[in-house]
Amino acid sequence: MTEASLYFLQQIINGLTIGSTYALIAIGYTMVYGIIGMINFAHGEIYMIGSYVAFIVITGLLGMGMVALPVVLFIALVVAMVVASSYGWAIERVAYRPLRGSNRLIALISAIGMSIFLQNYVVLAQGSRDVAMPPLVSGSLVEFGSLETFQVTISWMQLLIWVVTLISMTVLTLFISRSRMGRACRACAEDIGMTNLLGIDTNRIIAMTFVIGAALAAVAGLLLGLYYGVVNPFIGFIAGLKAFTAAVLGGIGSIPGAMLGGLILGVTEALTAAYFPSEYKDVVAFSLLVLILLFRPTGILGKPEVEKV
Amino acid sequence: MLELKNVNTHYGQIQALHDVSITVNQGEIVTLIGANGAGKTTLMMTVCGSPQASSGEILFEGETIAQMPTSLIMRKGLAVVPEGRRIFPGLTVAENLHMGAYFSDKSTYEAQLQHVLGLFPRLQERYHQRGGTMSGGEQQMLAIGRALMSHPRLLLLDEPSLGLAPIIIQQIFEIIEKLRDEGVTIFLVEQNAHQALKIADRGYVLENGRVVMSDTGEALLTHDAVRKAYLGG
Repeated sequence: MTEASLYFLQQIINGLTIGSTYALIAIGYTMVYGIIGMINFAHGEIYMIGSYVAFIVITGLLGMGMVALPVVLFIALVVAMVVASSYGWAIERVAYRPLRGSNRLIALISAIGMSIFLQNYVVLAQGSRDVAMPPLVSGSLVEFGSLETFQVTISWMQLLIWVVTLISMTVLTLFISRSRMGRACRACAEDIGMTNLLGIDTNRIIAMTFVIGAALAAVAGLLLGLYYGVVNPFIGFIAGLKAFTAAVLGGIGSIPGAMLGGLILGVTEALTAAYFPSEYKDVVAFSLLVLILLFRPTGILGKPEVEKV
Repeated sequence: MLELKNVNTHYGQIQALHDVSITVNQGEIVTLIGANGAGKTTLMMTVCGSPQASSGEILFEGETIAQMPTSLIMRKGLAVVPEGRRIFPGLTVAENLHMGAYFSDKSTYEAQLQHVLGLFPRLQERYHQRGGTMSGGEQQMLAIGRALMSHPRLLLLDEPSLGLAPIIIQQIFEIIEKLRDEGVTIFLVEQNAHQALKIADRGYVLENGRVVMSDTGEALLTHDAVRKAYLGG
C-alpha cells in the first residue's frame, strides 16, 4: 500500500474509535427524545460524571494495591454505570418530571440549568483542573506498513473501545427488540398516551430510558477517559454537543441512527484533522449539524414526524 | 358495574361535561350517542382518568376510581379501544397484542391470544406484519383484540365504526354482540346511532356535555326527538 492510503486507513481507525464513543453517548439523547420529545442537555454532564467516577474507582483500586487489569476495569465500569444511572434517574425525577405537560421550552431551560449545576458541582467537589487517568491499557495490537513510509497502528485501547461498544450496543438492541420492557419502550415512542391507557406506568418507562442512556454514557466516560488520559469537569459540554450532532445526523429518535451517526461523525472529524489544521475538526462537525438541519432535518434513518389527526 | 355520579370534567377553563350520571350494569351493552363535540370521547376518557374528573364520583365494581392515575385504573379489569384506534404502527400485530397483555401471566396470555385470534382470524394471517401496514378495518380489529388481551370485564369502545366500510362495520358490531354473550360488559360510544341503538340494551344521549335522555335502545330508536336529531328523521 502507498503511504497515502496507509495514512488514510489510520484515520479511519481513529475515527471509528472516537465515533463509537459518540454513538454510546448519542443513544441517551435519541432514546429520551424518542419518548418524550425533549433534548436532555444535561446528558453530556452524565458522561463527564461517569468519567470521574471511573477515575476515582481506578485510582482507588490501584492505591489499594489491586493490579489485576480486567478486574479493575470491570469494577470501574460497573460502578461508573451505576452511579451515572442514579444521576440520570434523579435528574429526570427532579428537573423534568415536574415540568411534564408544560411547554417544551421550559423543560429545555431546566435541562440547561441542570447541566450548569452538574458541571459546577463537579468543579466544587473535584477541582477544575485536569486529572490524569492512569494509563491502564497501553501498547498496540497490530502494526503494519513500514517505518520508512507510514505505520498503521491499532492499539489495545482502541480494540477495547470497539469491543465494549459492540457488546453494549448488542445488549441494548436485544433488550429493545426482544424484552417486555423494550417493547413497552418502543410503544411509548409511538404513542405514550395509548401505552398509558394499557395500564403501563409510562413514568417508569421514561425513567428507564434515562437510566439506560446514562449507563451507556458512563461506558463512554470510562473508555474516553482512558483513551485521552485526562478528565476535567468541562469535557461533558463538547462531548454532549458532538453526541447530539451524531444523534441528529442519524435521525433523532432512532437508535440505529444514533449508532450510525456517531460513527460517521467520528470518521469525518478524524479525516478533517488529518488533512486540514486539526482546529477545523469541530468546525466541520458542527457545520455538518447545520447542513443536516437545513437539508435533511429527519437525519439519515429518521422518520418524518407525521401530524396525527 | 360502572357508575358515574354527577361527573364534571374541565379542560382548563372550559367545562366539557356537566353533572353526567351514567350506569352500566354487568352483562349489558350500553351506548352513548351524540353529535360531534358533545363530549362523548371526553366522557369515555374521564372514565380512564385522562383527563380526571374535576368533581363527581366514578365507581367501577364499587370502587372509587375517579382520582386514580390512568395506569392504575386500566389494570382494574377495564380496557379501552380509543377513538382513532391508536394501534402501534411500528410494532407487529403480535407485539401490539402483547402490549395489551402487559401484566398477564403466560397461561392467561396464551389463552387470551387464542381467543382473540379465534375472533379475528385476519390477525392470525397478519401476525408478523407491522400494524401500520394494515387496512383500517384490520387496524380496528387489532385495536379491539389488543384491548381484549387483558381479559377485561368491561370494554370501552369509542366509535369503532368510524371510517370503515359498511361490511366491516357489520362485522365489528357482530363481534361486539358476541363479546357481550361471552359475558363482557360493553360501553359503546357511537355517532352511528342507528347501528349502536339496535344492539344496545340501553342508551344515553349526550348534548353539550349533558345527558339529555336515557332509555332502552329500542325506545330511543323509535323516539321522535332522537330520530330527528340522530337518525335522519
